[in-house]
Amino acid sequence: MLRYTLLRILGAIPTLLLVIALAFLMVHAAPGGPFSSERVLPEHVEKEIERRYHLDEPLPKQFLRYVSGLLQGDLGPSYSYRDYDVDELIADTFPVSLKLGALAMALALLLGVSAGTVAALRQGAWLDKFVMGFSMTGISIPVFVVAPVLVLFLAVKLQWLPAGWTSEVGLKRLFLPVVTLALPQIAYIARLTRASMIDVLNRDFIRTARAQGLGTATVVRVHALKPAMLPVLSYMGPAIAAVLTGSVVVEEVFGIPGLGQQFVRGASNRDYTLVLGIVVSYATLIISLNLIVDILYGVIDPRVRYR
Amino acid sequence: MSANRSIRVTAGILITIALVALVGPWISPHDYVTTNFDNPLAPPSLGDMHLFGTDDLGRDLFVRTMLGIRISLLVAIVASFVSLVIGVAYGAIAGFVGGRVDAAMMRFVDTLYALPFIFFVILLMVAFERNFLLIFVAIGAINWLDMARIVRGQTLSLREREFVEAARLTGVSTLRIVFRHIAPNLIGIVIVYVTLTIPQAILVESFLSYLGLGVQEPQTSLGALVEAGVTLMERASWSLLIPATLLALILMCFNFLGDGLRDQFDARNLS
Amino acid sequence: MSLLDVQGLTIRYGSDTVVDGVDLYIDRGESVGLVGESGSGKSQSALAILGLLPRQAEVSGSILFDEQQLLGASEQELDTFRARRIGMVFQDPMQALNPYLRIGAQLRQILLSHGRADKAAVDASVLEMLAKVGLPDPERQYRAYPHELSGGMRQRVMLASALIVEPDLLIADEPTTALDVTVQAQILDLLEDIRDDTALLLITHDLGIVAGHCEHMIVLDKGHLVEQGQTTTLFAAPAHPHTRTLLDAAPRVDRGDVPTSATGSTILSVSGASVEYRDLTAVRDVSFAVREGETVAVVGESGSGKSSVVRAMLGLVPLSAGRVVYAGESLEGPVERRLKSQRRDLQLVFQDPVSALNPQMRVRSIVAEPLLVHESSMTAAARLERVTAILEKVGLSERFLERFPHQLSGGQAQRVAIARALILEPKVLVCDEAVAALDGSVRRQVLELLRAVQADTGLSIIFISHDLAVVRSISHRVLVMYLGKLVEAADSGTLFTSPRHPYTQALLDSVPVPDPVVVAKRAPLRGEVPSPVNPPPGCVFHPRCPKAEAKCNSTAPDLRDVAGSSVACHFPN
Repeated sequence: MLRYTLLRILGAIPTLLLVIALAFLMVHAAPGGPFSSERVLPEHVEKEIERRYHLDEPLPKQFLRYVSGLLQGDLGPSYSYRDYDVDELIADTFPVSLKLGALAMALALLLGVSAGTVAALRQGAWLDKFVMGFSMTGISIPVFVVAPVLVLFLAVKLQWLPAGWTSEVGLKRLFLPVVTLALPQIAYIARLTRASMIDVLNRDFIRTARAQGLGTATVVRVHALKPAMLPVLSYMGPAIAAVLTGSVVVEEVFGIPGLGQQFVRGASNRDYTLVLGIVVSYATLIISLNLIVDILYGVIDPRVRYR
Repeated sequence: MSANRSIRVTAGILITIALVALVGPWISPHDYVTTNFDNPLAPPSLGDMHLFGTDDLGRDLFVRTMLGIRISLLVAIVASFVSLVIGVAYGAIAGFVGGRVDAAMMRFVDTLYALPFIFFVILLMVAFERNFLLIFVAIGAINWLDMARIVRGQTLSLREREFVEAARLTGVSTLRIVFRHIAPNLIGIVIVYVTLTIPQAILVESFLSYLGLGVQEPQTSLGALVEAGVTLMERASWSLLIPATLLALILMCFNFLGDGLRDQFDARNLS
Repeated sequence: MSLLDVQGLTIRYGSDTVVDGVDLYIDRGESVGLVGESGSGKSQSALAILGLLPRQAEVSGSILFDEQQLLGASEQELDTFRARRIGMVFQDPMQALNPYLRIGAQLRQILLSHGRADKAAVDASVLEMLAKVGLPDPERQYRAYPHELSGGMRQRVMLASALIVEPDLLIADEPTTALDVTVQAQILDLLEDIRDDTALLLITHDLGIVAGHCEHMIVLDKGHLVEQGQTTTLFAAPAHPHTRTLLDAAPRVDRGDVPTSATGSTILSVSGASVEYRDLTAVRDVSFAVREGETVAVVGESGSGKSSVVRAMLGLVPLSAGRVVYAGESLEGPVERRLKSQRRDLQLVFQDPVSALNPQMRVRSIVAEPLLVHESSMTAAARLERVTAILEKVGLSERFLERFPHQLSGGQAQRVAIARALILEPKVLVCDEAVAALDGSVRRQVLELLRAVQADTGLSIIFISHDLAVVRSISHRVLVMYLGKLVEAADSGTLFTSPRHPYTQALLDSVPVPDPVVVAKRAPLRGEVPSPVNPPPGCVFHPRCPKAEAKCNSTAPDLRDVAGSSVACHFPN
């Protein structure tokens, strides 16, 4: 198990480097530098700026400078917010996004897994059809449709909940954004759980467990739950990516000062260091969470550890 | 609902939507660019043929919505085709060649899987201005990974099947093995996954358009219409609800269609 | 009063009736064999007793266990019978044990669910049971996952799980079908030893197992009960024609005619062949020759390398050493690089006919494909004529031409595969477990077909099989392989009457004989085939050999001639 874990960790490093290199290259290959778009600057000023941001150096050197900066937690200065470093900007906005994402994921797992399991056990029954109908709808409606429609009905028309990010800290302002973010994931996880639970329940070893007279609850808890969770676990990587993507929309619709909003603003301001920094942070987050998922996979399935 | 019926119903709805989107703007007395500042935010009505009402510039929303559907479907189909070509070729080569080549190719796919792709696409769209072609490429590039994995797995298992070995033994050429023995057995699963790729492509395109990174005004797409509807929703809720409903309906139909096809494909494979 | 009294059991799936009005009685302590071919409804009947059929099944009739009605009982009621009163053992222990749970946890849960609360006492009972079913080092197996155990060990665990709450009845559904024959013998003996006064319902397709282990037997055919009675009576005087067909089709390893040795000249020879896969050597230094018109059987258990050596011969996997000579010419490299004429002369029939036929092609295209390659100038009409002729030869009429593989039964599909292999009129036909997946009566027909083709065309056949009883009736010569080595080669007449190698002897003794009068003489071979990744030093068979001495641990014996047999043993019989 230790060997497996170490191998996984080692395997993640090249992936991370590749992502950073790709993002770095993309930003630097973009036509039109950060300062070239609107104003025409005197040549000496432009030179000065280039030197300040090390844009006059050869690309590999810039990349090395960037990576070594990264290792010390330095993501460089922001292009558009003159007095801020990118790491400061990220540190300001990340916590609220993280809170939102973590709550949404927890909600999605809790509701998705329970709904999926119940549907699998009542396969074909009314409850199963309801869960499946709900989850098909949930999968098919994009976050950027759910968010405004919920705001329109619950906040604007019925006035039950605040439409935006109020100063009042607490569940009330978190409720709509978290639910919006979680909805498609609840739907997807419910479907996934149902399908894999049905699959597992049809396996021979479940028949054995039933023949042993363990009772349905014990059969599901002791024998079926672990293997049925494997596809859900595999989905955690894409789910996290989807929640991050969704948070871009949700933060904008609800006016939440998070990383997603920062990213969209950075993108439209052509603040390349900021955008690069955010992509790198997202990638690091996703890759580390994938790593944890991989290791958990090994914990659940004893057979993969030896591969 | 049986798999067969769900296929027929969803396919019927999609064909109807596509036909209306094609023919509707041609029949309607309005077009998608003409503004009318005397009649902004008109609610849907049959009287002046503003079936879906007008937007804040007085443009006809029915024609604009149909145009949006056209664009969304076009982008989705082309992008799915891109992902189909890349995915099938990549997956089939990895599966058929096998061994170290396969291991290396799949390692690459695994690595790409870990990327926050959508952010790269946003980056791309920002950096290279809004290039229509780039949308196809970007969306196709996201979606080919699943297809490659599935085709590769299927090819690998087909290659090991004994009827392929029997063909090798008899002296059947590699080309004939690929086209007569492997490809026909891949088609079913490829069709299923293309059907499931289309809604994903629609979703990505409308997401980009929603962020204002997709198609450019005065052209429009469902995502752009939803975005416009959001800004107007307090005064003209139909401008949000109509494109949002249509978008959800199209996505749902494709998802049901793909599911139905998959069930049928599984049933046939099990028998 | 019977312990189990089943009356008029009928099982339907929609309009499909798979079991129709079956009656079945078992007394306390009695052993009953439930026999039938695939589709006879024997497993379905067994599963119905414990209410384990899928929910689509409609079950009617009556199932009385100890005078209580089980049919229609709720899951909760059934749970008080399951394991506690009726234990169940399934066919494939790899599938039937939970791969995600340690062995100990799976056994413990049974006791905990049946009212045992004291965890320490439960652990002690589990360890005791593991020891009782003959698992070495129970503490270690307690913590092991199923995939870490061998097939035989897994089935011992399965048996432990069925007997741990001491039921009155044990239902065993094909308990040894997934196992090697020497291990099967161990498990069957263990079953006899530990069941004491537990009644046994043994479901099997193998009449040999019934003859050796059941007092009473019931014969099913297509969901109907056709005959039942004392095992000895039924074997001596079967009343129903279906029972007679089954008995006739059951091959016997201990008696019957053996083909006399073939006299043709050598057509194919393999010398010094070795096959290596990534981390193991599957075949070590194997040599043999095949004469014209001869059937050579290659026999061995899992891991023997019997398939690998023949696949390498055909060029489907690479040979790491040795050479293959066909008709005086050396065959080199993978099959793709061999001469067209050489490829048409060597053909192969596989074990699983379903996997061997392309599901998207019709029978006519499947059978015609070799002609497209080798007789490319042939007209479509001439091709069709050839296809029709060869199909007729394998016993399939013209109406099969347009069918797809999924529209064929197992036996029909295997005939199509044989037709495809024979259409080019090859000189050598390799049958890789070609009848292993078929029912007894169909197997017999396919063997007849092969024999007829051979008599007709002088075809040479290499017949790979794990089953010595099947091999006996058709092979002129037999090669016995163990862990990648050829351990004995002899004419059938010699090998079946006086086996020289202790392993051959054990194999012969392990095959169940379908005759209750023949008393099993075996002392089963201990242990199981070791992993080919890490074979034992010296003679590879020594850890399991009853005759092994110090010399066997260090020195590998060479093949040498002993009274007409080639034997690789220091102490041949």
